[in-house]
This record gives sequence, C-alpha cells and structure tokens, in this order.
Amino acid sequence: MVKTPIIEAIGVSKQYGLVTAVDNLDLSVPKGICFGLLGPNGAGKTTLIEMIEDIISPTTGEFRYQGKPLSASFREKIGIMFQQTSLLGFMTVYETLSTFQALYHQSYDIEQLIQLCHLDDIRKQFNDKISGGQRQRLLLALALINQPELLFLDEPSTGLDPQARRNMWDIVHRIKREGKTIILTTHYMEEAQHLCDIVAIMDKGKIIAMGHPEELIRRYTSGTKIVLPTEALGEGKGDLSLEKSSVEGHMTIPVEDMNAAIETLLAKGIDLTRMSVQNPTLETVFLNLTGRQLRD
Amino acid sequence: MMNFSRMWAIFVSRNREFFRDKAAFGWNLLFPFLIIAGFAIIFGGDERKEFKVGVFPCPSTQGTEIDRCVPPQIELIKQVQYIGFPTQAEGINKLKHHKVDLLIERGKAPLHYWVNDTAPKGYVVEKMIQGALNQRTDDVMVRQEVVSTRPIRYIDWLFPGIIGMNIMFSALYGVGFVVVRYRKNGVLKRLKATPLTAFEYLSAQMLSRLFVIAFSLTILWIGCDLIFDFHVEGSYIDLAIVFMVGNLSLTSLGLIIASRGTSEEFANGLLNFISWPMMFLSEVWFSLEGAPRWVTMVSEMLPLTHLLSGVRKIMNDGAALVDVQVELAVLCGFTLVFLSVGASLFSWNK
Repeated sequence: MVKTPIIEAIGVSKQYGLVTAVDNLDLSVPKGICFGLLGPNGAGKTTLIEMIEDIISPTTGEFRYQGKPLSASFREKIGIMFQQTSLLGFMTVYETLSTFQALYHQSYDIEQLIQLCHLDDIRKQFNDKISGGQRQRLLLALALINQPELLFLDEPSTGLDPQARRNMWDIVHRIKREGKTIILTTHYMEEAQHLCDIVAIMDKGKIIAMGHPEELIRRYTSGTKIVLPTEALGEGKGDLSLEKSSVEGHMTIPVEDMNAAIETLLAKGIDLTRMSVQNPTLETVFLNLTGRQLRD
Repeated sequence: MMNFSRMWAIFVSRNREFFRDKAAFGWNLLFPFLIIAGFAIIFGGDERKEFKVGVFPCPSTQGTEIDRCVPPQIELIKQVQYIGFPTQAEGINKLKHHKVDLLIERGKAPLHYWVNDTAPKGYVVEKMIQGALNQRTDDVMVRQEVVSTRPIRYIDWLFPGIIGMNIMFSALYGVGFVVVRYRKNGVLKRLKATPLTAFEYLSAQMLSRLFVIAFSLTILWIGCDLIFDFHVEGSYIDLAIVFMVGNLSLTSLGLIIASRGTSEEFANGLLNFISWPMMFLSEVWFSLEGAPRWVTMVSEMLPLTHLLSGVRKIMNDGAALVDVQVELAVLCGFTLVFLSVGASLFSWNK
C-alpha cells in the first residue's frame, strides 16, 4: 500500500506582478523524514515554504495535508521556525513559551521543552537579552510547542557559530527520532547533508533535482578528486595512467576507485604526504546542474 | 470559533509589554499631568490677573513700585495687573500691540484713558473700571456673586480635554503604531502561523488598550484630584461609561491605521494627520463657540468632540447618562464603523 504523503503541492505557482517566484511546481513529502529545500537566494524557497505553511496563498494550484485540502485545523498540526521573526517585547523566555502554549489546544509540557531546547539557564531572561544561539533555540521551542506533526525550519542555523550549529543539529536529530516530519531550508550544504533524508534543489521557481543527498551527489557529480602539489609528482613520475588537470601549482585527479588510484600513485613512487581528497558536495551538484554557485 | 484563552494570552502579553516598558509607561502618566500642572500654574488660582492695564508716567514697569503709580480710585479692582510706562508713547505702542488691554494717565480726576478698539478685552476692562467707579454698578456685581453656583475654573474645563487628548494619543498610537511595528518585524507573521484568528488578536489588542487607558486614567485622575481638587457634578459611574465608550471608538480608529502597512514613518504621519486636527478641533484646549460653520461641522465628525462634550456635561454641569445619550450614540456609531473598516482591511502579512 502506498503511504499518503504528509504534504503535497499540486501545480503550484506564485506570481508577484511579472515575476514568477514559484513556477507550476509539484512536490510530495513523505511522512517522518527530514526534507531539505536548497537553492540560491531568489530561487523561490521561502515563497514555496510560506505557501505550504499557509502564510501566503498560491496564485494557482493547491496544497494537501495528509491527502486533504488545508483546513483551519492545519495550524494546530504544524510548527514553524521563521528565518526572521521578532519576539513579543518585554517578555521572559518562559512567559513567551506559555503565551504561545495558550494559543494551541494540544501542547508540549513547557518544562520538557525547556530541557529539550536547553533553555533552562535563560528561562527568566527577557527575549531581547539572549544570544543568537539561545534565540534560535527559543524559536525552535516555539515551533515545537504544539507537538506538531510537521515542522518547518527556515534557515535554522543561519548566523550561529559552529558550536551553536552543532547544538541545533543535535536537537533536530532528537526531534527526527520522535517521528516528526521536518521541512528545512538552508544555505549550508553540510547542514542539508547532515540532517536531510531527501533534498530538493530549487532554481528559478522550479525543483531541478530531488533525492537523497548521497544519491544526488552520485548522479550529478563525477566523484572524488585527489589533489597533489605539482612538485610531488616530480620528474618522470607524471606519466600516470590517470586523467589529471593542473591548477595553480596543484594537480587534480578525479578518481572512481580510491584504492586503485592510491596504489597507482605509490607504485610510481609519488610522495602522498601533502595529498588531499576533495569529496563532491551538494554545492557541486548545483554547480553542475546550473553552471552557477549556490551562493551566487 | 472564538477562543477566550487565546485572546487572554495576547491580552496579558500586551499588558505586560505596556507596564514593563517603564519609560513609555511613566511618560504616559507624566505627560498629561505635566500639562495640567503647567496650565494650573499659568492660569490657576484665585490671584489670576485676567486683564493688563498700563499706567503712565510711572518709573517702574512692575512690582511693588507700581502700586504707588496706580490711581487710588481703581487700585482695589481685582483681576487687573498694572504695568507702568515712563511715557505715553511707550504705553500707546504696547496698547497697539495688545500687550496691555487699557492705558491710564496718572493724575487728577477725571482720569484719561486709551482703549484699543480692536481688542475685545479692552472693552471688558473699560466697563469693569467704569463699574468700579460707580457705586450702583458695584452693588449689581455683588448680587451676581451671591446667586452664582460653584464657579467652573478654566482648569475644570481643561482637565477633561487633557484626559481626552491622552486617551486619543494612547488609543491611536498604542494600537495603530504598535501593530504596524509588529507587522514590520514579523511578530504578526509568527502569530498568523498559530491558530489565533484576526478577530481574536484585534479584540485582545483593543481590550488591552481599554484596560491600560482605564488604569492610567484612574491614576492620573486621583493624582490630579489630590492636587487641584476637581469637582464632579454628575455621577462617577456615568463618567466612567462615557470615557469607556469614547475610549472604544478611539481605539477602533487606531485599528484602521493598524490594519495595513509596514512603514512606521507612514503610520506616524497618518497618526499625526488624524490626531493633530482632532486635538485642535475637538475643544481640547479652547471652545469652538463662534467658530465658522464648517469648522464646527468638521468638529462634529470627530469622536473626541463627542467624548469631551459628554464628559464635560457630566463633570461640569451634572448631566446624567440620559442627557448625553446623543454623544453616546454617536460614539457607538463611530466604533461600529471604525471596527468594520479596520477588520475588513486587516492583513497579517507585509
């Protein structure tokens, strides 16, 4: 039996005057996964996600939640962490959580949520007196307050230092383990590869590729590359049976079979001390698909 | 379906914001108090000198020296402040520029005096001095004091105006400006993502504003009453009802400004555009008695006019609710119209 997707977009478009932000897009997100939406600025990610969230209406097309058109009860079932949101002024972290808790019929226990999102130390602090990482964790807690089936995270770790980002990822992993469906947008390829089960790459209002991150990398890139300083190849050692290209004093060798490539290099007596390995990323996928960088 | 717990949550959060923003809260109370205190100092008290009379030749302009210049026939007249001038030319010049209301030459009777025909006060002070010199007129004035009821001081008339003005600014800015700011910084968008409805949100905003205005009004009233000893001829309950209905209509007007837009500058401009004419045309500071017809017509179209009319009738004239039913009906009508327009225009999004 085919499982009903938790959310579907059917022929969805959004026009702003002459600009088409989202162009006749179909999408289906299975339940219980972390679905990543990637793309450069202006690709239509936020427009698409805000249409799914029912914050803005599509110009054409429709969305379905668990096979049915969106209804008033949809907002009870979803949690949203917006990219840019101010919080209610002159309220402590705890008061903010309890205010939002009162807006829903079903809610998380605030104490449990405080533990989950590591907010215990700042529960009595005012919203405007907390750090960027603490603020992101509070926004995540607000998104979780109603125990949503479907969670939207819009650039959850933007502006966070590596430590705070790791912290955020740990929390998202724990939420995933509870069986929640997560729709995530991000600029960070590492984040998408680390958290997402399925990634959709958007460009100019359309989804241009979709699949598991590893699968996309396999499908749209030519594999791993070995990088060596040109002098390491030395005189008479450059006659390799491997395809190679030279850029700024470095030799790049694309490899299909890493073990065989290393054996070949060692057999030629090449010093591998300064060797580095370049793995293709989703960035490479986007570059190969569009000829542009994701952050252009 | 309306949910009271959601409304209550927003109501409480807005109240917290108001009471915890100590600078804004303090200013909300202090500003009207300062205005009232200022006016009380300038115009208040029994020693108020309503008219200014120049005397020449007199070496000193004011102070105790002037007492020696004032002709004995008129020195006991109250409400007149005497100002001395060394020469007639200087006195005439001041009279011409309305710096004094009448000019008298020292000397033997009959006293010579000059009046500026274009100055309304000049006529009054002329009659007053003539009256003071005439024993029979003096009798008439005494009789008038005996039959008159409690006098309405300017401060008694002004106080409701200042309170009304405070309600107007607090209602318009507290709802209009704040909601536009919330829309701009994304708070509204965050709330839209919850089950909270626009009706619940706007009702909570309005009720919160009603509550905080009622609270600050009570504090202000008690404070001012302790200092200036206001007298309310009518019932305090009637007064509270009129204030509440007026408050509601002004808050609803704030909702129209709050309904759209993200530009705080534009909202501020719009609020100024509404509040300043309302302040001057709703008899906050001065009566529009005798103003051109079109001015009074514009005034009638402003909710603050009806709020102040109702409050002054109760406070100064002892009117009951039935006597201010027209004002109440007009204010309720304004509220319905403003609410309908505000609710139909409202948008959560930018």
